[in-house]
Amino acid sequence: MSVMRSIKNKAAIVGIGISNFSRDSRRTELYLACQTIKAALDDAGLTPGDIDGLVKQTDDASDEHAITSSMGMGNLTYFGESRWGAAPSAMVMRAAMGVAAGVANYIVVYRSVNGSSKRRMIPSMRSSGQMSTADLLQWTFNAPFGHMSEAGRAAMIVRRYMYEFGIDGDQFGWVPVVCREHGAKNPNSMYYKKPITMNDYHKSEMVVEPFRRLDYYEEADAAAALVITTAERAQDLKQKPAYILGAAQSMVTDTEALNSYYRKNISALPEMAQVGKKIFSMAGVTIKDIDCAQLDDAYGPFVPMQLEALGFCGKGEGADFCREGKRIRLGADLPVNTSGGSLGEGHIHGMNHVIEAVRQIRGTSTAQVKDARLVLVASGAGGPASGLILGGK
Amino acid sequence: MEYSPTIPLLRPHIDLDNQGFWEAVKQHKLVFQKCKNCGLLVHRPRPMCPRCNSMEKEWAPSTGRGVIYSWVNFVYANAAYPGIKVPYLVVVVEMEEGVRIISNMYDSRREDIYIGMPVEVVFDDIAEDLTLPKFKRRAV
Repeated sequence: MSVMRSIKNKAAIVGIGISNFSRDSRRTELYLACQTIKAALDDAGLTPGDIDGLVKQTDDASDEHAITSSMGMGNLTYFGESRWGAAPSAMVMRAAMGVAAGVANYIVVYRSVNGSSKRRMIPSMRSSGQMSTADLLQWTFNAPFGHMSEAGRAAMIVRRYMYEFGIDGDQFGWVPVVCREHGAKNPNSMYYKKPITMNDYHKSEMVVEPFRRLDYYEEADAAAALVITTAERAQDLKQKPAYILGAAQSMVTDTEALNSYYRKNISALPEMAQVGKKIFSMAGVTIKDIDCAQLDDAYGPFVPMQLEALGFCGKGEGADFCREGKRIRLGADLPVNTSGGSLGEGHIHGMNHVIEAVRQIRGTSTAQVKDARLVLVASGAGGPASGLILGGK
Repeated sequence: MEYSPTIPLLRPHIDLDNQGFWEAVKQHKLVFQKCKNCGLLVHRPRPMCPRCNSMEKEWAPSTGRGVIYSWVNFVYANAAYPGIKVPYLVVVVEMEEGVRIISNMYDSRREDIYIGMPVEVVFDDIAEDLTLPKFKRRAV
């Protein structure tokens, strides 16, 4: 075959649904999932009977058949899953591939987790026979040294990054400040009308040095869902479609989820760099064409590192790019995380970043970038990564 | 480091791929997996050499010397393992042989450590059935 095949422009996001973010949802995860998927279907003008594909996050407790039996979906021809922080964009890619290949017509992507009220399980809660090899490695070579928490593992990478580029940890504060500034405009945010200042950041307690409390997300109870169909079908639905122009996943040599300490250079995000190359090439656009970016801010210091890996600035220049928010807030050349993201809206494992990208394309964000045509989404900094470029045409 | 007497210690899951490493540690020796075919050293142990795909390997003794490659300081108890009293230091050590290993500083304070600091292995028998390889400052 001589023609390069691609899923560019073959699929679109046509429905979005998101719950509120809370510390205790007082709803089961399945309840939240069904409620949010229904909202996404209503948004698209579809019914559960139209859905023939489901893509879930691997760790999500709400199994596909629990969703289908709760919602009355009767004819599933495609189901699959994606893992880690890379899941959100990867799940969208998986759904786009499904509709582009014709194995399903309308696919729902969902994530539902009571991350705050039902504390997420760590591998210690399972018996070793049930653990994946990645969990076993961490259990065997991290846990005896008290190095299990995700924040601690991320902090180890960031410490090395600070050392190599001479970055003062205080500079990372601009990321949560800008995310909270954007989230303060978003009525669905956990932090609506609650911006913070750099002074708040400096007073924020050290948790696992070099991370302060405000450097990473708070657990939340929340759910989010998306509906994906072919570009042709998208034109007949209720909303302005957000077309998938670029989509990619990446794992490279010695990639591990927030644990890639064993490779030559740990202070770059090579997976994200590869995702960037692939999505720009697939979409046929450059960094200059991107109107705003929804980056993985579960750990704020990974935002400057992603800006470098994606090519928005040079190596070691990311913290300076974020300084005083002048280049990343609404109105600047690259507004970042306009709904607030994980730090400023709430943590639903990166799904709200995809939803916000769709809102920007539709023109319905609470921090709307004027005439936003192209939006980049990055999922999974510090491990397996994925990304999207969405466009309005 | 201080371990809580009431909270279980976290023990490694020893399997056929990694038992040579932990058996050596129990005898106060640090070893790394070496490929018998191409000589590549790796940590952590794995079934196959990632360079030449040979499954023939041996345990090569380490000099025990390295430098701190990165470090974190667990300060807040709720973000740390409750069985270890905070604050405690976790380090990634780059060994002279080129491999890296996650460990703890045996007796250093946060103020005293830095990236590039020369360290050497010490063996901490934290329980009758559990020895951990840790690191302390090395005079150069």
